[in-house]
Amino acid sequence: MMDAIKIKNLTKRYKDVLAVDNLNLTIAQGELFSLLGVNGAGKTTTIKMLSCLTAPTSGDATVLGESIIQNSAAVKASIGVSPQETAVAAGLSVRENLELICGIYGFDKQKTDEKVSSLSAMLSLEGVMSKKASKLSGGYARRLSIAMALISEPKVLFLDEPTLGLDVIARSELWDIIRALKGNITVILTTHYMEEAEALSDRIAIMKDGKLLVCDTPDAIKAQTGTDSIEHAFIQIVRGTGK
Amino acid sequence: MRMLTFAKRNFKEILRDPLNLSFLFGFPIVLLLLLSAIQANIPVSLFEISHLSPGIAVFGLAFMTLFSATIIAKDRQSSFMHRLYTTPMSPVDFILGYTLPLIPIALAEGVATYLFAVILGLDVTVNILLSLVLLIPVALLYIALGLLCGSVFNDKQVGGICGALLTNLSAWLSGIWFDLDLVGGAFKKIAYALPFVHSVEMQRAVIAGDYAGIFPHLWWVLGYALVILVAAVLLFLRQMKRQ
Repeated sequence: MMDAIKIKNLTKRYKDVLAVDNLNLTIAQGELFSLLGVNGAGKTTTIKMLSCLTAPTSGDATVLGESIIQNSAAVKASIGVSPQETAVAAGLSVRENLELICGIYGFDKQKTDEKVSSLSAMLSLEGVMSKKASKLSGGYARRLSIAMALISEPKVLFLDEPTLGLDVIARSELWDIIRALKGNITVILTTHYMEEAEALSDRIAIMKDGKLLVCDTPDAIKAQTGTDSIEHAFIQIVRGTGK
Repeated sequence: MRMLTFAKRNFKEILRDPLNLSFLFGFPIVLLLLLSAIQANIPVSLFEISHLSPGIAVFGLAFMTLFSATIIAKDRQSSFMHRLYTTPMSPVDFILGYTLPLIPIALAEGVATYLFAVILGLDVTVNILLSLVLLIPVALLYIALGLLCGSVFNDKQVGGICGALLTNLSAWLSGIWFDLDLVGGAFKKIAYALPFVHSVEMQRAVIAGDYAGIFPHLWWVLGYALVILVAAVLLFLRQMKRQ
């Protein structure tokens, strides 16, 4: 399988803080890959660098063969991002938010109508299409945010803590949506919920203080640590390194 | 296409806020009514409708600064801007998308002010149309101030700085509410070194049919608008790069 993302010695330094330290990773096309870590581990900074939102201090990465430094325009054209907070235009309706992103990607009316119709069906947004985004529940707002990230038909989708703050039902519904994307799109997910990473991911990377501690399948990580869940394995790996 | 789509979104977001609408149309009309009532009881040449309405039309544009600064500051602080940064939108798309929708809004404010002034006794002449055209450089000046403030301050600071400080400064230093000759000295010199009084005097000259009197005020307004616009664009690009 071809690589979707290749990260080589990627480093990001903010003044005295080393947010990401010499990261090396390869993510295959169609893979659902989770980045785990405590707060400040470097997950969001890694996603920001891969989505060309912030420039690396050193190192490089390629997304579908295009460098995030040399050809950020090509990278942007092939990715979708659903940021940590719900990134929607609060004063617009659900339909208008979807149409806005279609317009930004230059879709004509017919393609816009098709996209709005298919994505609203896929993410079960039909019942709230006329509702203002500011009036949506947390679950619907996240669905809208993901729908907006999918409009450009990205080959790589970054989901930064997509289920943060959602209730159990909304989270389970969103898991189903993410599972449905698996195989078609490369999904890079950051989350604080270990059971989420375990349930959804093909592979999991655990970061601490900007460094990659482990990267393997959930079963392999559990086997390495002799634990029966990713949560226990995570605690053992992160605590084991000390400070 | 991208820029127009984004401009349409900003237009809708601004006009869907009922507080913005009340500032936009309610405030100038209330001021015209109030000051015309004072004029009816205690005649003051400053508050004659032909003298007053150009000043109110200019003063109403101070809200363009508040509108543009608020929407930019809110976008900057939210993940919505991060989402847009991962799309193919260029800096030009952002800057024009924030600037252009405010021009028709500014013109609508001008039309409402002069229409109401006509009801209160302003003569209907072609000069009203010309004064609306000359409101565009004044609107650009205030929009550029908003772009600048929105690029530097957060939405709470914008409320204080653009909503209170700038509105008051532009009112005191404009010669709308009192004759600057009555204060004289350094106050008058400062007022004439700034663009606000020039905007008002340019409008008064047009409404009076004194076309030669438009100058040099138009150059002051255009000069300030250009300098502030360039500074605003540079600051916006700087914060875009930082984010």
